[in-house]
Amino acid sequence: MARAVTPRRKLINTGAAWAVGLLIFFPILWTILTSFKSEAQAIASPPILFNFDWTLENYGVVMERSNYARFLWNSIIIAGGSTILGLIVAVPAAWSMAFVPSRRTKDILLWMLSTKMLPAVGVLYPIYLLFIQMGLLDSRAGLVIVMMLINLPIIIWMLYTYFREIPVEILEAARMDGATLREEVLYILTPMAIPGIASTMLLNFILAWNEAFWTLNLTAVDAAPLTAFIASYSSPEGLFFAKLSAASTMAIAPILILGWFSQKQLVRGLTFGAVK
Amino acid sequence: MIRKTSLGVASVLALVAGTSASADAHSATLTIATVNNGDMIRMQGYTDQFTEQTGIAVEWVTLEENVLRQRVTTDITTKGGQFDIMTIGMYETPIWGANDWLVPLDDLSAEYDVDDILPAMRNGLSHDGTLYAAPFYGESSMVMYRTDLMEAAGLEMPTDPSWQFIREAAAAMDDPANDINGICLRGKAGWGEGGAFITVTGNSFGARWFDEDWNAQFDQPEWAEALNFYVNLMNDYGPEGYATNGFNENLSLFNQGKCGMWIDATVAASFVTGDDSTVADSVGFALAPNNEGVEKRANWLWAWALAIPAGTQQEAEAKQFIEWATSKDYIALVAANEGWANVPPGARTSLYETPEYQEVPFAQMTLDSINAADPNNPTVDPVPYVGIQFVAIPEFAGMATEVSQEFSAAYAGQQTVEEALEKAQAITNEVMEAAGYQ
Repeated sequence: MARAVTPRRKLINTGAAWAVGLLIFFPILWTILTSFKSEAQAIASPPILFNFDWTLENYGVVMERSNYARFLWNSIIIAGGSTILGLIVAVPAAWSMAFVPSRRTKDILLWMLSTKMLPAVGVLYPIYLLFIQMGLLDSRAGLVIVMMLINLPIIIWMLYTYFREIPVEILEAARMDGATLREEVLYILTPMAIPGIASTMLLNFILAWNEAFWTLNLTAVDAAPLTAFIASYSSPEGLFFAKLSAASTMAIAPILILGWFSQKQLVRGLTFGAVK
Repeated sequence: MIRKTSLGVASVLALVAGTSASADAHSATLTIATVNNGDMIRMQGYTDQFTEQTGIAVEWVTLEENVLRQRVTTDITTKGGQFDIMTIGMYETPIWGANDWLVPLDDLSAEYDVDDILPAMRNGLSHDGTLYAAPFYGESSMVMYRTDLMEAAGLEMPTDPSWQFIREAAAAMDDPANDINGICLRGKAGWGEGGAFITVTGNSFGARWFDEDWNAQFDQPEWAEALNFYVNLMNDYGPEGYATNGFNENLSLFNQGKCGMWIDATVAASFVTGDDSTVADSVGFALAPNNEGVEKRANWLWAWALAIPAGTQQEAEAKQFIEWATSKDYIALVAANEGWANVPPGARTSLYETPEYQEVPFAQMTLDSINAADPNNPTVDPVPYVGIQFVAIPEFAGMATEVSQEFSAAYAGQQTVEEALEKAQAITNEVMEAAGYQ
């Protein structure tokens, strides 16, 4: 039987949740606030929280200096393209692992995850040389493939977990009714796993959006996404923190808004199957 | 099923590829990798004028210094061909030039006047007498100090101070009650951060990285003296947490009036006397110090320079751009629009002969500091390497970063100076042995 929650306990829980939430959000809030300060105010000691002369000058400078729309478009294409491509490959893979497992399925799943433990820089040169050979350097198509491959283990793992929650009998019933493999995956499995697929898509999109090793090392002009946009405002010789903060705010704003509106879906998907 | 999946994959890639940029309107487009700093950003603003004059368009890839270094190194070693011009420093230029990775700049036009480049810069950017990169701006290091605090302390900064005077002045200006540190210096790990500073400090105490047979020298008394002096000075009169302070942290402290002295790059002079500084009207300059009796000073030499990677399809256009960006005319263009204090310093002799520039308060000290640096003879005792705050060999960056991490741990009190030096000696010898130098 569930224990009754007293109002006092509820108040404490709510207060604690808000405190943790604010603590986690504070670096983002600080970045946003700094973007509205002058460079001198940005480094002031003791730091100024709200009581400063708000200015949009940094955003003006950033917009004038950089082609924000081009970086944004590249981020959307790379994150979106790699997510869709990843799903096209991962749904059949996760289906086979969840419903037609072999003796080695568990080993394969663990091996796939182990590839995430390799430091990316360890394969920078081989990948770079491959990209030269294939003419993929500074191309969005190349980045989409790399992003998809990097996130594929996570997508397959997540989908595999969701698919395992679906009773195999439903799929068997569909087969008995004459559904082909494609129809089974497309019209029976996918609609039932929509919450899981949606949260997988969102997480993969966020991971691809924030990825800053391959996107910096494999791009120059045409395919450079928002991570390269931020990197162009960081400087170890010169105090440009307000401009860097403005660039960072512009880079994270789209994903922040997306996350804000889809948080219910994301939380539901991530906790799916957590309690049995 | 497999056929359908393959079709899906192909469709996504085709769609992504279909969004590629449209054809360029210009006949030629140069892609230039550069570092994010004030002078480079200013140059980007004038690029339209170059395009108007020549019809050559320019695409900039601006990156933070460490990211840029990794990016261009990967590209040039794999012959990736992503860039027509790269912004590189004095460390990379002689190594890459020796490997034939760069186009020699030995046929620049007569109007360019290559002999006008400051000799120290030209030497540092050459290999076997051939210039491989044209300096956009150059820097050394010097003492920046608060004239008001110095006066209140009853001291007068000589133009060529010793470390002993620096310590005396730091003691006199240190005022913890008013949040003023006697001196601010770099302590942050990294070969280009605290590693560069402690290397030149070592030079000014008679220390060196290697003897003529490439044996590490951290077990010699000069290094112990230099490192102990630095640690004692900073522990007594430096800011709290100095072990993690780099250029920006110290600039921030100095601009807020929290440092009596700061020894760092000469390019900082325009920042500490600029609009964002609260002490802009009371800053003086002096040569980097030396230990009494040692002829070498603790000043480095660095240039951000433009180089052309071998194999570029647009070598002629790239040379045209380099001639424009590092010319006397470009300096005049910036001076006319933004004032002489904002022109890229440290590259050309003629700049320092210009009467208007001579009135800039830090101009002469910058030139003197650059001239006091000799990358071919950086230390008191002879060494087999070129470079002042670095050793121009490919192994240096990784090795010096590790050594500077050990030193930073000593600054933070996590180990003794002796322990840090012992580890530095072991790290360095191990790398040099593995690389076949010993």
